Amino acid sequence: MAEDEVQRYKRYVEVIVRFTAEGHMFPKEVIWEDGRHFVIDRIIEARRAASLKVGGTGMRYLCQIGAHRTYLYFEDPAWFVEQKIVKI
Amino acid sequence: MKGIFREPERIILHSDMNSFYASVECLHRPTIRNKPVAVGGSPESRHGIILAKNQLAKRFGVTTGEALWEARQKCPDLIVVPPNYPLYLKFSKLAREIYYEYTNLVEPFGLDEAWLDISESNQLRNKDVRSLVDELSHRINFELGLTVSIGISWNKIFAKFGSDYKKPNGITFITRANYQDLVWNAPVEDLLYVGPATKRKLKAFNITTIGELACTDDEVLSMRFGKIGKVLAQFARGEDSSEVRPFDPSVNDVLHEIKTVGNGLTAPQDLLYEDDCKALLFLLSESVAQRLREYKLVSSTTMIHVRDSNLHSYTHQMHLPYPTNITSEIMQASLRLLKEREPLDGSHPLRSLGVRAADLSLPDPYFQFDLFGIQARRDKLMQLDHTIDSLRARFGNGSIKRGAELLNDRLLDLDIKRDNIIHPVGFFS
Repeated sequence: MAEDEVQRYKRYVEVIVRFTAEGHMFPKEVIWEDGRHFVIDRIIEARRAASLKVGGTGMRYLCQIGAHRTYLYFEDPAWFVEQKIVKI
Repeated sequence: MKGIFREPERIILHSDMNSFYASVECLHRPTIRNKPVAVGGSPESRHGIILAKNQLAKRFGVTTGEALWEARQKCPDLIVVPPNYPLYLKFSKLAREIYYEYTNLVEPFGLDEAWLDISESNQLRNKDVRSLVDELSHRINFELGLTVSIGISWNKIFAKFGSDYKKPNGITFITRANYQDLVWNAPVEDLLYVGPATKRKLKAFNITTIGELACTDDEVLSMRFGKIGKVLAQFARGEDSSEVRPFDPSVNDVLHEIKTVGNGLTAPQDLLYEDDCKALLFLLSESVAQRLREYKLVSSTTMIHVRDSNLHSYTHQMHLPYPTNITSEIMQASLRLLKEREPLDGSHPLRSLGVRAADLSLPDPYFQFDLFGIQARRDKLMQLDHTIDSLRARFGNGSIKRGAELLNDRLLDLDIKRDNIIHPVGFFS
């Protein structure tokens, strides 16, 4: 599929988060607008980064969700993902 | 060895985020990123000037400060977006947080610029200056999505020159070995504090480059330009030993020390009569006095700034009988100042007004009672202000208004205090 057929949108999402006693924050599940829960199996990387694709900046978590890897941003106080919309 | 600087020499960075407002807007709106973009005020509120522009708009000759219609003549496809100051403040703060990872000596110069003294930075233990600066530039780009130009030198003036030298995304070292080539050949207006007026005066003296300024005798410059002449020549020679002054965020987001507190506003329509002016002066005095009370300061001098519809402007000031932060006293003083200069009968339309409180001090806990009950009246006004402040703290600035403000419905939606953004700062402050 050609790259230009995929458009990215900034999609704010609901997230279930675990706070450790030290105050660290780990996202555990992403809840999609239709109610589906996506469990985050593993956080591969967490660092501050800008999202050039959809615009914004915050703590960026590279998450393993099943077979997929996706970025989840915490743009204080909300969470967003770079939603892919494929144009047919 | 810290690289190319002599060991005991200071290492000062000046970091300047390129086209700051426009870059932040482009980051948040990917669809306009590759188009000419400017941040501009609203023409309806008569704030229709260019506040910032991106590199593409710059190529069309769009300049900061020009009217939107002028900019559109140069660049018909220019996309103008309204300013979003809270967002710019957020990015300014995020950039500072990155700077603080390198040194505690960070001096902001407005929202988008800062000096950093990294001479004693721990990070220089395991890397040289070049790698540190590269890393800083990369981090701002990666973490904030913005580009910075960085100047590095042994003094603040040349560091600032360096950050202006190569834009966008440039890194320029101004060293003892290269400053005569890089700085001295540059036009004199590239030096900090040489504006159009000083440039004109220097040109009349046959000084057009920084090098010529540097080589002119201090005494001659002092005689012609006063104290600043000598200071500018020292700047041109790199003889600036001023320190990078870390700021205290608990005092103010950007300023170090509050010298004056002021607010000004261009009215949505020309002000013709006393009632129009009174409404705006109340709004402005209210914001100024409320901020004074927040800072727990009192002011002994009230100043007004007036600009008429022909864009002629002046300031007028008076000393107050008592140091004050009472809204109605500041308001009465500013109205009196305005009436002294303006007929307010419709014959001289005014475009904008400003109120400023100066001569600030801490309130004196001891005061002289008087025979005429003035202090008792002032106590009542203070209690009234205190009550209004607590209502506003709980329910917002719009929850209680002065009667004079309600007479002008175009001023009703304004919240000057909330929208107050401090854009500092003087190098000499």
